[in-house]
Amino acid sequence: MSEQVTSQAAARPQMPASATGSVIAIEDLSLTFQTADGPVQALSGIDLAIRRGEFVSLIGPSGCGKTTLLRVIADLEQPTSGLISVNGETPDAARRDRSYGYVFQAAALYPWRTIASNIALPLEIMGLPKAERAKRVKRNMELVNLTGFERKFPWQLSGGMQQRASIARALAVEPDLLLMDEPFGALDEIVRDHLNEQLLQLWAKTNKTIVFVTHSIPEAVFLSTRIVVMSPRPGRIYDVIETGLPKDRGLDIRETPEFLALAHRVREGLRAGHSYED
Amino acid sequence: MSSTAPIAEPGGGVGLSPRIFVQRIFAGKTGPVLTVLAALVILWYAGAVYLNAPQQIDRDRRAEIERSVTDFMGATWAQERPVLPAPHQVAAEIWKTTFAMNPTSKRSLVYHGWVTLSSTLTGFGIGVLLGIVLAVGIVYSRTLDRSLMPWIITSQTIPILAIAPMIVVVLGSLDVAPIFAKGTVSAYLAFFPVAVGMVKGLRSPDPMLLDLMRTYSASNWQTLVKLRLPSAMPFLFASLKVAIAISLVGAIVGELPTGARAGLGARLLAGSYYGQTVQIWSALLVAAFMAAILVTIVGFADRLVLKRMGIAE
Repeated sequence: MSEQVTSQAAARPQMPASATGSVIAIEDLSLTFQTADGPVQALSGIDLAIRRGEFVSLIGPSGCGKTTLLRVIADLEQPTSGLISVNGETPDAARRDRSYGYVFQAAALYPWRTIASNIALPLEIMGLPKAERAKRVKRNMELVNLTGFERKFPWQLSGGMQQRASIARALAVEPDLLLMDEPFGALDEIVRDHLNEQLLQLWAKTNKTIVFVTHSIPEAVFLSTRIVVMSPRPGRIYDVIETGLPKDRGLDIRETPEFLALAHRVREGLRAGHSYED
Repeated sequence: MSSTAPIAEPGGGVGLSPRIFVQRIFAGKTGPVLTVLAALVILWYAGAVYLNAPQQIDRDRRAEIERSVTDFMGATWAQERPVLPAPHQVAAEIWKTTFAMNPTSKRSLVYHGWVTLSSTLTGFGIGVLLGIVLAVGIVYSRTLDRSLMPWIITSQTIPILAIAPMIVVVLGSLDVAPIFAKGTVSAYLAFFPVAVGMVKGLRSPDPMLLDLMRTYSASNWQTLVKLRLPSAMPFLFASLKVAIAISLVGAIVGELPTGARAGLGARLLAGSYYGQTVQIWSALLVAAFMAAILVTIVGFADRLVLKRMGIAE
């Protein structure tokens, strides 16, 4: 009996020491891609623990591995070495439990489905009954201010609305964890500001944990409780900044000295991480 | 524009003036198509004179008849067994053997057309199903991808004329009904474009959409039904247009070599035995017409389905 228990424990993948108490725990994680031009080290020695309810931004220049890190959390890439846990399980188990929602750079809506049925897609896959699907679609469309557009096809909506629909789709799964990969990167400044405000309200209202990839400094400072500054070749964490801004902040906070000081520190970090290139 | 809207046309009066009528025809596709058709008919008449002339000269010399140029041209267009029958001769034959004849008669092109059409559609159905199943297998299994694809391509390098008689004879000796024997030839041709098109179509979804399915931890079956198959629809219909046309070719070829008594292929063969060129050309034109109708129907289905899916304008 006791023998069986120990063998099971040994078979279970090793968890990072901080796995309990953190939504995401990463310990000395590295990832090397095998490409035609030889191995490319995308991530090197990543240590990171994200607590429940945090809004963490990963910021850095292109090639710093911020998207790769997010994909590792989502079990879309496999790390070469190191430990990682999501909700206290392996990323694979967390994905199977549908414990996160993922928002891509593009809206990635299915062109042949209406907005409502796009949002219902993950719910269909989860096998939820029709009434429950309709309820969740309605609730989440309200949440992102898309009520009235249920029967439109994606191409009939603006880019900002499409991205809101894709956020509603991720929220419909009702995960505690939201992974967002530059969701507003393709939108213009005004729409982006607007969606940033809405996302912040959403986060305050729902108390979800959000990991957010961006390369915009104001966006990162405005949204986050913590900013992870990354530098490229190989992708690694250069600095981690606690923001400590009030939770009910509006866009005008970006004019305050605190905000500017934080933005300055992020910029310094990005520059320092980059300097060896010149 | 509706055909009853000439009120707004200045000087149009009641009804269509000829000028506006011509303008309207040439505004759409009709004008150009009619022009090409007229050119083809003229070319055809000229060809009939040229090809039938030696035979006519020979015959007139023996019968010691002197003809004027117009009279001679008329004679080349009215031979009983011309090398190239004139369009009106073929038209008359088609009329006689379709509308002016009981469709159950063994000489009716409606009867023969139906026989060919039934094996065409049978073969098309089997071929499309086979093509889709093969494509799904190839997309989902690396082993099938490596092992099947070369054979699928090889299958089409064998001339259908060589393999059709064997299929029909072998299946015939196994007491398979002729409709399925000929249908097998159609299916043999039709599955290929469907398989190739569907492999491409099933692989066409954006990697992001596939990643999305993975984040939902969707099963292979769910990914197939909800993502890959809908993505493949435009590819499927492009393939179906090719498949339906070659299904008809397959059915006709299946009728040629085996002494089949019914079908457009049998009609072609009988015509060539007895030198009935008018009969051959009639069967040929009916086959072409049938192919055009079938491709048009698939085209309609294509537009209808893609429109309902919201991915065509």
